Amino acid sequence: MRRALLIAVPYVWLLALFMVPFFIVLKISLSDTALAIPPYTPTLDLSGGWAGIKDFFSQLDLENFVWLTEDDLYWKAYLSSVKIALISTVLTLIVGYPIAYAMARAPEEWRPTLMMLIILPFWTSFLIRVYAWMGILSNEGYLNQLLLWTGIISTPLTILNTNTAVYIGIVYTYLPFMILPIYSALERMDGSLIEAAEDLGCSRLQAFWLVTIPLSRPGIIAGCFLVMIPVIGEFVIPSLLGGSGTLMIGKVLWEEFFSNRDWPVASAVAVVLLLILVIPIVLFQRNQQKQTEAEK
Amino acid sequence: MNATIFAPWDDPQAKPLIQFRNVTKRFGVFTAIDDLSLDIYEREFFALLGPSGCGKTTMMRMLAGFETPTEGHILLGGQDIDPIPPNKRAVNMMFQSYALFPHLSIWDNIAFGLRRDNMPKPDLEARVEEMLRLTRLEQFARRKPHQISGGQRQRVALARSLAKAPKLLLLDEPLGALDKKLRQDTQFELMDIQEKTGTTFVIVTHDQEEAMTVASRVAVMDQGRLMQVATPDRIYETPNSVYVADFIGDVNIIEGRATARTEESYQIDWAEGQPPLTAKSTTALATGQGCHLAIRPEKVTISAERPADAINAIQGEVHDIAYLGNLSTYHVKLANGTIIKAQTANTRRISRRSFTWEDPVWLSWTATAAVLLEH
Repeated sequence: MRRALLIAVPYVWLLALFMVPFFIVLKISLSDTALAIPPYTPTLDLSGGWAGIKDFFSQLDLENFVWLTEDDLYWKAYLSSVKIALISTVLTLIVGYPIAYAMARAPEEWRPTLMMLIILPFWTSFLIRVYAWMGILSNEGYLNQLLLWTGIISTPLTILNTNTAVYIGIVYTYLPFMILPIYSALERMDGSLIEAAEDLGCSRLQAFWLVTIPLSRPGIIAGCFLVMIPVIGEFVIPSLLGGSGTLMIGKVLWEEFFSNRDWPVASAVAVVLLLILVIPIVLFQRNQQKQTEAEK
Repeated sequence: MNATIFAPWDDPQAKPLIQFRNVTKRFGVFTAIDDLSLDIYEREFFALLGPSGCGKTTMMRMLAGFETPTEGHILLGGQDIDPIPPNKRAVNMMFQSYALFPHLSIWDNIAFGLRRDNMPKPDLEARVEEMLRLTRLEQFARRKPHQISGGQRQRVALARSLAKAPKLLLLDEPLGALDKKLRQDTQFELMDIQEKTGTTFVIVTHDQEEAMTVASRVAVMDQGRLMQVATPDRIYETPNSVYVADFIGDVNIIEGRATARTEESYQIDWAEGQPPLTAKSTTALATGQGCHLAIRPEKVTISAERPADAINAIQGEVHDIAYLGNLSTYHVKLANGTIIKAQTANTRRISRRSFTWEDPVWLSWTATAAVLLEH
């Protein structure tokens, strides 16, 4: 009995905070828009008895999902989101790996400080940090001022409100999620493995490719998923730093909800987004599981 | 059978494989190796023995190429190897942690070094199979390192380092992670493999028993210096210093003053009220010079009566008995409080042991049993 109660706690938690909201969204996605509060029909009215419930279910349909396939805005937005997520994951990996490597090779007494510096930005609001980037990247921003002052460019570069600004914002924001898992994989690595590889005839570079990279692979995979999954649905960065040309599903979702006030279509977009995200999440879980098994 | 004794170090014609020439290694202000010269010959099984921090691991890492000497040179087959990086040396190392690549199978671990040499595939496969056979690992070839036992991992590490047929194999505390029984079996296996492959082995160990068992010669080190380099029996029987005598095995050290009596025979006065001792020695000592007498406990005879013909005999009483099963060590307390250890084989049942606690006994040994050492 006590055991059952103990197990019940996380399940109730999941049910209340994930399953219930999900079914509410799913239900809205199967409804139709209406000029009412809430702005959709039907609403479930239990006072109508059994007939009322039957009537309610008969009004639900897949119309909104069909609509998503008919208007090319949506699948273009999904594709573009995935593309931006993939590119920015690769960029984050390229920037993050050397940092993680340098941290893992740093003297032991320095490591906590370096770790602190990686985590430190989290202590200020994410929104403020993105606004700060607007100040840096705008035409009159610090970056352009610096480049003009050094004479590298003669006219200011347009960075803000382009995809470049979105990539910069994403790489900056999600870098710690890439660095930390890679760092923890590299830090656990036995230094004598590199010496053994060199002893057996590897050059430094070969030893890196043949030993360091394969051994940090679980960290690389974990970092890539941790960056890619939230970036696909990212809304704040593209809407603040991106321009009209930046098409991301998070932005579309927001516009459907708040500009169009079409909750059913917005919910359908959210449900499809969730289904798209389930694939990398499952893959991520499998990677984590494989890693724990290998460590046993 | 006309077995020639393997002793190239006694042959002035023999060319050493490795030469340390006045090698000094400093880490900052700390001197790890202090002006050290040493020759190691081909096919030798050479042991570097010493307490931790004596510089034995630094010697090995310099041979592997992970460290370079601050002063002096190391020659391999007559060639100065200081500028050669580890991956270009015909030297392989077996690491203390084994350093097996966890993401590769046993087979791929052994093939790792051969692949770097771009060995043709059929030759490579044959070589790996040969190594697996040599170390009796055939049925584990497809497993990953974390799926095999510690003893098997040790053999994989050995197979991997031998695969490239190096001129010199370095073993860094190779058996440190194994339990005692397995360690003893593995020692003989190592000797077997060394003999079969004819590779020169240099082993680093802090375990004197291990060094004595496997090595053709042992170098006892202390604080970056070589204390003595000799065969295991010479190290044990004729240590050249109190440090070596004390480090290897159990020993009684008696401090005294030597007086030359006849040729190579000395009288040692060592304590008030105790008869002087007699010892033979080839080392010339001046009369009245302070000296140490080192006597192994198993060379001391214990008896109830004073043996009639004994040259050295002293009386005491049994203070303690350490029963080791096959042997017993008697701690005998002399009248002046000195404790002398005497060891005998337990050839009889313990119930019929001749001496027990507080029995008066005589200790005796011959003139050649003890080693006379200068201060």
